[in-house]
Amino acid sequence: MTQRSTLSHLDWLEAEAIHIMREVAGQCANPVLLFSGGKDSICMLRIAEKAFRPGKFPFPLMHIDTGHNYKEVVEFRDKRAAELGERLIVRSVEDSMARGTVVLKHEGESRNKHQSVTLLEAIEEFGFDCCIGGARRDEEKARAKERIMSFRDEFGQWDPKNQRPELWNLYNARSHKGENIRAFPISNWTEMDVWQYIEREGLELPSIYFAHTRPVVIRQGAIVPVNVPLVSGELTNLPKAGEEIIDKLVRFRTVGDISCTAPVESDADDVAKIVVETATTTITERGATRLDDQTSEASMEQRKKEGYF
Amino acid sequence: MSAHPIEDHGLLRFLTCGSVDDGKSTLIGRLLFDTKTILADTLNAIEKTSQKRGMGAVDLSLLTDGLQAEREQGITIDVAYRYFSTGTRKYIIADAPGHEQYTRNMVTAASTANLAIILIDARKGVLTQTRRHSKLASLVGIPHLVVAINKMDLVDYSQDTYEKIKADYLEFAAKVGIDDIRFLPMSALNGDMIVDRGDSLNWYEGPTLLEILEAAPAAHTEHTEKFRFPVQYVCRPQDSANPELHDYRGFMGRVESGSIKVGDKVTVLPNGLESTVKAVQIGGVDIGEAGTEQSVTLLLADEIDTSRGDMIVKSSEVPPAVKEIAATVCWLAETPLDRARTYLIRHTTRDSKAKLTAIDHRLDVNTLEKVPAEKLSMNDIAQVRFKLAQPLFVDAYEDNRATGAFIVIDESNNNTVGAGMIR
Repeated sequence: MTQRSTLSHLDWLEAEAIHIMREVAGQCANPVLLFSGGKDSICMLRIAEKAFRPGKFPFPLMHIDTGHNYKEVVEFRDKRAAELGERLIVRSVEDSMARGTVVLKHEGESRNKHQSVTLLEAIEEFGFDCCIGGARRDEEKARAKERIMSFRDEFGQWDPKNQRPELWNLYNARSHKGENIRAFPISNWTEMDVWQYIEREGLELPSIYFAHTRPVVIRQGAIVPVNVPLVSGELTNLPKAGEEIIDKLVRFRTVGDISCTAPVESDADDVAKIVVETATTTITERGATRLDDQTSEASMEQRKKEGYF
Repeated sequence: MSAHPIEDHGLLRFLTCGSVDDGKSTLIGRLLFDTKTILADTLNAIEKTSQKRGMGAVDLSLLTDGLQAEREQGITIDVAYRYFSTGTRKYIIADAPGHEQYTRNMVTAASTANLAIILIDARKGVLTQTRRHSKLASLVGIPHLVVAINKMDLVDYSQDTYEKIKADYLEFAAKVGIDDIRFLPMSALNGDMIVDRGDSLNWYEGPTLLEILEAAPAAHTEHTEKFRFPVQYVCRPQDSANPELHDYRGFMGRVESGSIKVGDKVTVLPNGLESTVKAVQIGGVDIGEAGTEQSVTLLLADEIDTSRGDMIVKSSEVPPAVKEIAATVCWLAETPLDRARTYLIRHTTRDSKAKLTAIDHRLDVNTLEKVPAEKLSMNDIAQVRFKLAQPLFVDAYEDNRATGAFIVIDESNNNTVGAGMIR
């Protein structure tokens, strides 16, 4: 009998995530890693480096761009992919709109849920048999039962009652043509783990994760950013008539489509301060900042069934 | 490595067994609540739901309410994973439903856990379901069991009741051969002995549930295990711009057990060729050695043709190659096992076609008796034998969880239909 040394929790989580990524690479013929420029997918890239360097990644990176993403994040996305020397595919919800496969109910409707359509179109275009994503089980309760290898049918649908049991670390990423696996290497990470990992690894992030001053309005109790410049320079999220614009010191806890991610008030301007803030916050990550999850109690579950990540 | 001088006791995965009636959801809710994992907005939401349902106090069991379909049916149909951290240790709870028809869920949840909490309702004592859960936990090889005698508030916190249940359980445990057991009395509803001691159980001098969790060994075993390294992926960069990488051939995988360092003599299976470890790396950076559960890349001194599905072991500890396996199998699929069909067995990173040759007996999970069986249906557990098309390199499950376990895949729909433990 010898006393074994125990991995720290971050080392353990990282080793698990590397193992999962390598299983995807070993089992799937044509996988892709979804990279948005957000903090979770930034961690995924570091894990991929640890998993596959000095080789190239055995998959390209892909971003489904709603056309309403923060300029800082889009720029970071392109810069990071270039630094890594990996191929980045961008497919745009606006192209799906032009094709007529995405129809907005009204001009201002959030494009977030429509990413599913564009994602499925891209999967078909490239013949991807597995999409690796940075979703975490702690994000939302519909995700608490998600598998690490999640099976989707030919329509990209997630059927919670038809998921493969997952035992030990024996992952089953097999699929028939047209079907698809979504693989989630950081399933077991929490928001805190992500920030601690970013701190430990010294990972660079888009500037809007850190405290900065921006014009906002208060709408139904939420801080809503307004007059947000797009990559094109055009302003989006214009204030509604009668709303008072105020400059607030804020940062983003999650980053997604501009129309549905709200910042939180914060003066945390470096990762260490964010770790402290994350440890002491009283509001959940999505509760504070995702306007789209509050529509109904089961809204994430509904979107997942329709092919959302 | 972290900038914070906090002691890190790693990560512990545990499983809770019991039904809603035993207060399992309340226990998990209590653990999350008392470790401050539940944030204000979530709490507000369950307060509202509790009021809507006409309950006086906040119902902590609502925290673990799952999917829409389950909420409508009022039952839990699948394993859910929950997370909390004490600052020194991170925890992953596998929340498995307790109903008889969900044996497969419990086996699934147990497969990655190092500790199980068996909940007993103090008013009811040791039940059939308690015995079933305990037997399953022991079958799946969970090294540490905590028997939590809950709802002590409903038996006036009676020490006699507690002692009687404990004696009953020990009598049963001796029969099935479970030895590492801790007992504690608690009230999940009132929060006694979960995180805080409370005022009502002063006769109990042992640790609280959280203290037990904090002190439990995080590693699956304290035994020295043999080195087992299934190859997941082979890295051959062949980067024309970088001649140094021209001959790079990295074998990527996770150290499933044991440890490895530069200079160790190894054998690559199935071809049986020997070599020496030239480098141990993560992400192309030398780390010299690696231990259990680390994902690394191994470079060998000799050029050996190796691919996914091969296994690297120490030359002094080569496992046997087998073409027939005897195993305890839990059947997971709605379609029963078909003796006429060929299945795929996935063992580490290696697959082999397999056919069932015999069912030695089935385990009645309620009486725990061995009964004869002709077929296997969902939730059945049986001792069986398979004939294999390709040799596998196996250890007994009780010696090595990673190389003793396998899953059975139905190639027609690619579903995972069975879970096996080699005996």
